[in-house]
Amino acid sequence: MRVRNRNNVVVTGREGGPTVVLAHGFGCDQHMWRHVAAEIGQWAQLVLFDHVGSGRADPAAWDADRYASLDGYADDVLSICQDLDLQQPIFVGHSVSSSIGVLAANREPDRFSALVLVTPSPCYIDDETYRGGFTRDDIDDLLGSLESNYLGWSSSMAPLIMGNPERPELGEELTASFCRTDPAMAQVFARATFLSDNRADLAAVKVPTLILQCAQDAIAPPEVGAFVHAQIAGSRLVTLDATGHCPQLSAPEATAAAITSFCRAAYR
Amino acid sequence: MTATAGHDPHGQGPGDGRSAQPSEAGFPALLEDDLEDLYENAPCGHLSTLLDGTIAKINGTLLTWLGYRREELVGQRRFSDLLTGGGRIYHETHFAPILAMQGEIGGVSLELRTKDGSRMPVLVTSIVKAGSEGQPQLIRTAIFDAKMRRAYERELLDARKAAEREDERLRHLVGKLQRSLLPAVLQTPPGLDSAAYYRAASTDHVGGDFYDLFPLVDGRWGFFLGDVSGKGVEAAAVTALARYTLRAATVYDPDPAAALRNLNTVLWQEYREDARYCTVVFGILTPTTAVGGFTAVIASGGHPEPLLLRADGSIHYHPTKGRIVGAFPDSRYTNTTVVVNPGDTLLLYSDGLTEARPVGSETTDGRYGTAALARFARSLAPTTAAAAVTAVTALLDTFGTGLTDDTAVLAIGAPSHRA
Repeated sequence: MRVRNRNNVVVTGREGGPTVVLAHGFGCDQHMWRHVAAEIGQWAQLVLFDHVGSGRADPAAWDADRYASLDGYADDVLSICQDLDLQQPIFVGHSVSSSIGVLAANREPDRFSALVLVTPSPCYIDDETYRGGFTRDDIDDLLGSLESNYLGWSSSMAPLIMGNPERPELGEELTASFCRTDPAMAQVFARATFLSDNRADLAAVKVPTLILQCAQDAIAPPEVGAFVHAQIAGSRLVTLDATGHCPQLSAPEATAAAITSFCRAAYR
Repeated sequence: MTATAGHDPHGQGPGDGRSAQPSEAGFPALLEDDLEDLYENAPCGHLSTLLDGTIAKINGTLLTWLGYRREELVGQRRFSDLLTGGGRIYHETHFAPILAMQGEIGGVSLELRTKDGSRMPVLVTSIVKAGSEGQPQLIRTAIFDAKMRRAYERELLDARKAAEREDERLRHLVGKLQRSLLPAVLQTPPGLDSAAYYRAASTDHVGGDFYDLFPLVDGRWGFFLGDVSGKGVEAAAVTALARYTLRAATVYDPDPAAALRNLNTVLWQEYREDARYCTVVFGILTPTTAVGGFTAVIASGGHPEPLLLRADGSIHYHPTKGRIVGAFPDSRYTNTTVVVNPGDTLLLYSDGLTEARPVGSETTDGRYGTAALARFARSLAPTTAAAAVTAVTALLDTFGTGLTDDTAVLAIGAPSHRA
């Protein structure tokens, strides 16, 4: 009960189907999977959750030291799997949750039956010949963005969708939490996300892995997807005809289809 | 004459003698019906992008801010290309997802990167334009110059950080002052046990409880535990005065009743105007080396009665009498004697413990109370000083938010006969 509450764990989709854990990235929460979950949930049992510090995770569970490193988040993923007694689930991680999934899979090699890394980047900062796409200054700049949006953030988001007749499918509950994060927690998560270097962890991945990247992504460019593909032996790389860092929003059908066909193969 | 000069910048027709009135020719300009001009030269930037972010239309104001020519951007660049590196991440991880999920987003603070590389703080609002079937077609974005606002926000942020630093400094000072009023390391009389615990109700204020256990020159030991009225700096001053007055008094005359009378006089003289006073138990113990215990002469000024936890498992409050110290001009105190034998433990505590309001308290006033403390002590006895203090610490943990006052505990025990 404690773990479920801590991470606002939601179990949905087809009961008795193969289990798929969906992990959101930096910035928003489990609602990012809304469209994709509707598709995959037809054949899979879905486990959705919010990382501590995001969405509707328990604010009391926040610990600035624990969540200063991606290991803290990976621990949480493993404890969710233990708590729910998940049998060899497929782990789908978006953005930084790709690295979190890799860390978790390496720590407990028998835990997951497969990994799906959606727009992964093991290292965001350029380093000699490696092109992550960003400099240290860019990351400081991001921390500044988080801070400068702090003043208007808390009160300005909520009214946006209330009574939005064009989008009736979006409930109030979504508005209340989606992409709304305590700025102090967001700063810690941003540092953990964008200053981590998990390139060396990729080679240790031993489970079947699918890498999904977008043709145009301002955060994880195609070279980074190719790097991840080259580092994880036997991995598959699929480039979606999609723009942006969040194909589950910009191309949900294609994203769901790619995940589904990979998982079908994994369960054959 | 007909009104044909729709773009006459002066709003005045040629040869018009009535210069004080707008001419017929000037009306079109005042009607603001040139939508193209209204768009191009609006006091904010306008930008329309395809759903993938590609710039489809941009107004003159924004081009001027950015320093680009129209053909350098339209069809060539995406909105996120105009942002700084960090802003780009923010856009991808917050802005775009919210826009995709909710159809609009407003008042987001970002920075544009202009052609010459400089930064321009802006506030950005976007909406998704939907077609007749409701399918999203375009993103319309309005961009406002936020240089002044950003400067103001920076001041607010700086003020917040300064306040946080001050707060941290205050906590640090409070902690330091608090520690200076308690023994850094509790000394233990040879052959006996001792343990103490202090819990401040708040990290913002110096608590008003104090205790000490210290050797006298002749092999005897002095000990006290007290509670000053109030909290904060004024209470800390009284605490310091009480603590050092008691210690100094024992140097001349190791008599607890006399020491309290002395303290009463000092506090009355110094603080009667401010109604500052304290309750305290003060004792002088003499080790009974042959037996392995001690005898303590104790005086109390309005303090909760000490508890004795006996080797045979029985417990009792040691009765004491005496007025609150510093509250009356001429208070007198009485010495009583406690004999502590091997296996016995003497427990001193402040009323933060008994006055706490734990959830599920059975007393009528909701306080923990002396009866509950007696039951608790009975469940511990016989015990040692360290075990008793550990148990009380754990008990305080269970009080949670019911613990509203500072609490101090001091236990002195005689070890049961060694094996």
